[in-house]
Amino acid sequence: MLAMFFWAFVIGGLICVIGQLLFDVAKLTPGHTLSLLVVAGAILAGFGLYEPLINFAGAGATIPITSFGNSLVHGALDDAKNHGLIGVLTGMFQVTSSGVSAAIIFGFLGALIFKPKG
Amino acid sequence: MASKQKNTTPQQQRYQALQQKHEKKRPLLKNCIRAFFVGGLICTVGQAISYFYIYFFDFTEQSVGNPTVATMVFLSMLLTGFGIYDRLGQFAGAGSAVPVTGFGNAVISAAIEHRTEGFVLGVGGNMFKLAGSVLLFGVFAAFVVALIRTLLSMWGVL
Repeated sequence: MLAMFFWAFVIGGLICVIGQLLFDVAKLTPGHTLSLLVVAGAILAGFGLYEPLINFAGAGATIPITSFGNSLVHGALDDAKNHGLIGVLTGMFQVTSSGVSAAIIFGFLGALIFKPKG
Repeated sequence: MASKQKNTTPQQQRYQALQQKHEKKRPLLKNCIRAFFVGGLICTVGQAISYFYIYFFDFTEQSVGNPTVATMVFLSMLLTGFGIYDRLGQFAGAGSAVPVTGFGNAVISAAIEHRTEGFVLGVGGNMFKLAGSVLLFGVFAAFVVALIRTLLSMWGVL
C-alpha cells in the first residue's frame, strides 16, 4: 500500500513535469498543453499502454488529465464490443461520466456560493 | 509567431531582438521541481481518496477512478472558491494544472468569474470557456482512436 502511494507520487509528478516542459520549453499555453495531454492519453489507450500504467501507479495515472483521454477511449471500446460501431458514440462518456458531471454540478454550485474576486 | 514577424519594419525587428535578449529566462529546473512535487502530492491525495472508496464503498481498483475524480473536482471547487487554488497555480504551474483538479478549477473559476453577467448567459455560456478545448480534443481523439480499433477488430486485424 505504501509503495502505491510512492508510485502515485512519482508518476503523477512526472506527468506534471511533462506538462511543465510543454509550458516552458515548447512555450504552449495551458489550454494547448492540456489538450495535447488528453490526446496523448487517448492515443496511449489506443495502443493499450495506459492501463498498465494505472495498475502500476494507481491515482498517479488516473488523476492527471491524460487519464481523461484514456477513459473516453475505454468507454467507447467497451460499448463497441457489445453494439458495434454505434457503441463508439454511446459508450464515449460511460467511464468518465463522473468527472464531467462533477465539473458541471460543482461549477454551478460554486458560482451560486462564491463571489468573484478582484 | 510567423505572422507577427511578417508585417514589421526593420526597426521593430531590432526592438524584438533586443526584447528577447532582455527577457527573463524562465527558471526551468525550479519550475519542474515545483510541478513535480505539487503534482505528485495531488496524486497522492487522490490515491488516499481511492483507498477510502475501496475500503468503505466496495469499489474495485479498476472502478475507483470515477468517484475519486468526482471527489477531487469537489475539493477543487472549495479551493477555487476560497482563492487558494489560483495561488497554488502561480506556485506550481503545470503541477496544479495537469491533474484533474486543474480541469475542475478551469470550469469552476470560469463559472464564478462570469456570474455577474447572469446565470444563463454568464455562468452557463462561459463555464466551458477554458475547459472546452480539453473536452473537444479529448472526445474527438478518443472517437478516432476507438473507431480505428473497432474497425481493425471487425476486419480481424486485431
